[in-house]
Amino acid sequence: MPASTGTLSRIDRRFAALKRDGRPAFVTFVTAGDPDYETSKAILVGLPHAGADVIEIGMPFSDPMADGPAVQASSVRALKAGQTMKRTLQLVREFRATDDDTPIILMGYYNPIYVYPSEAFLDEAKASGVDGLIVVDVPPEADNELCLPALERGLSFIRLATPTTDDARLPAVLANTSGFVYYVSITGITGAAAPVVSDVAAQVARIKRSTALPVVVGFGVRTPEQARVIAACADGVVVGSALVEAIRMTLGPDGQAGADTVAAVHKVVRDLATALRGTSARV
Amino acid sequence: MSAKPTAAPSTAQNSFRSGPDDLGFFGLFGGRFVAETLMPLILELESAYEAAKNDSKFQAELRDLLEHYGGRPSPLYFAERLTEHLKGAKIYFKRDELNHTGSHKINNCLGQIQLARRMGKTRIIAETGAGQHGVAVATVCARFGLPCEIYMGATDVARQSPNVLRMHMLGAKVNSVTSGAGTLKDSMNEALRDWVTNVHDTYYIIGTAAGPHPYPAMVRDFQSVIGTEVRAQMLEREGRLPDTLVACIGGGSNAIGLFHPFLDDKSVKIYGVEAGGHGLDVYNGHNASMTGGSPGVLHGNRTYLLQDADGQILEGHSISAGLDYPGVGPEHSWLKDTGRVSYVPITDKEALVAFQLCAKLEGIIPALEPSHALSFVTKLAPTLPKDDLLVMNMCGRGDKDVFAVAEHLGMKI
Repeated sequence: MPASTGTLSRIDRRFAALKRDGRPAFVTFVTAGDPDYETSKAILVGLPHAGADVIEIGMPFSDPMADGPAVQASSVRALKAGQTMKRTLQLVREFRATDDDTPIILMGYYNPIYVYPSEAFLDEAKASGVDGLIVVDVPPEADNELCLPALERGLSFIRLATPTTDDARLPAVLANTSGFVYYVSITGITGAAAPVVSDVAAQVARIKRSTALPVVVGFGVRTPEQARVIAACADGVVVGSALVEAIRMTLGPDGQAGADTVAAVHKVVRDLATALRGTSARV
Repeated sequence: MSAKPTAAPSTAQNSFRSGPDDLGFFGLFGGRFVAETLMPLILELESAYEAAKNDSKFQAELRDLLEHYGGRPSPLYFAERLTEHLKGAKIYFKRDELNHTGSHKINNCLGQIQLARRMGKTRIIAETGAGQHGVAVATVCARFGLPCEIYMGATDVARQSPNVLRMHMLGAKVNSVTSGAGTLKDSMNEALRDWVTNVHDTYYIIGTAAGPHPYPAMVRDFQSVIGTEVRAQMLEREGRLPDTLVACIGGGSNAIGLFHPFLDDKSVKIYGVEAGGHGLDVYNGHNASMTGGSPGVLHGNRTYLLQDADGQILEGHSISAGLDYPGVGPEHSWLKDTGRVSYVPITDKEALVAFQLCAKLEGIIPALEPSHALSFVTKLAPTLPKDDLLVMNMCGRGDKDVFAVAEHLGMKI
């Protein structure tokens, strides 16, 4: 049971507000500390003003098996600049000092959490103002390791559902999921091929028959037009690779942040947000 | 020299051969830590393997392939001159380097290709370090007419070029992986990315006893033919079980194959030999994940890993591409913690010395991987009585390594 009984979480409040406004959630992803701590902080702090409704922050990992080249490279840049889990939590604290409403989801892989170790990580994440976790390589079969302890602390545990999650398996995937369901629109890695809209619509509808939670779609969504079309059949859309690519393209020859790095990311976000605000949410 | 046990040994265990549990754990280690996209397939693979394991037709076909295509049983050879040289234990080599394709890897590949066909998969992928597994996969794919793609780190492509050529000749596509240090860890990341993308028709033949459940148990089962043969061969030759077993450990498939049938024979002392690289005191300079690492989660399982304080995985180093991996199969991690198996490191330099000794004394050019095991034998055997029966798994032949070793030794033609 989520411990947030009684008071709604930031995630729940945000989705409820979006529903009232009749528009889909725009979820942005960037990697913590990419390309360096201060630039990353400036990017994050400006994301809500640029139009992000929910912020996913990648926890850098040396071996991001589910990610494509763009997010892999962002992880490498962040680690090279000295990013650690401690600094990622610090980044969230600093963001929270500027914004107490926008939900923050930490996304990444299990090992840096396990080594932290897990219990201390969950306590500090909650205290830093984190609202939810997406941990790619901890399936429902291992719920007692991380998911249930997270829920006990009032952190949402957001599960990925995928095109291979069939009806037999879907209840297990949804069982302890809270906040929203993240539908992975393709079998593949982040930033790969564009999803087929009709498939996504059918799958989102299937998931929504089994849960009252919002369903947000990600992986492979890049352009405002794609985002608009995908969002029209879901409760929100995630864009990540396009943002970290915008970072990469503005870097100097030694990989240092350019004068326009922060602005370039915010422009991509603004363009996507503008397209999405012209869209009605599915429900 | 010997690893210190971190938990009370063994008397508490009824059996060391009953793992993993239903969720794929050997104590703390193992499990299924994979992305959701792969979970349904992993579960399907588990039930397909359970069914195959209990299907006498599947087992009979596999035995037939191992004998007539793979060349099993491999001989148990008394290394007489090495024994005289070391003046201690009576040393036997299990000659798995004489298998078709030149290593123990074919044992597992014949099993998994049969399983892939049974599951109706039409495309095969694999990772490889030294290229021995890649060659074995390319071989069985050619034999059964399935297209295959092999992921191999760019560093390994350079240092194991004979195996790259063999894979090409067998019709495989070899993808050179440039991320990270371009070694086995990186090739496994890329293979997993391929699998998650092509999950509907693709079977991933993991080459070692690691990865998500059921791979560690399945690969162990396919490799256990090594230890099962040794048991029968030694009983026939000497009328009793061996006293000491030694094998090298990268992921640990040849070692678990030799060890597993003997785990409950308390009289048998067992040693796994890790890659000590430049030495355990050199940060990020070795691949001794058990003697120099800590538990973590990578590539679908929890196991001993080389990592920094932030949980970032180190690249490590070994002269041997097949041992150049910062993790180890989960069953080995459990055997270490229970104290049943002792794990010890051997450095690059020590392995090179053993490589040359074996070539000159026994007329066998070993791969660099078992050269690590052999180096430990040269330390251990002189401390043992003359009637101690020691078996070392000669898990691969050194043809692939001759250019790299020549370069290390400064040899010119």
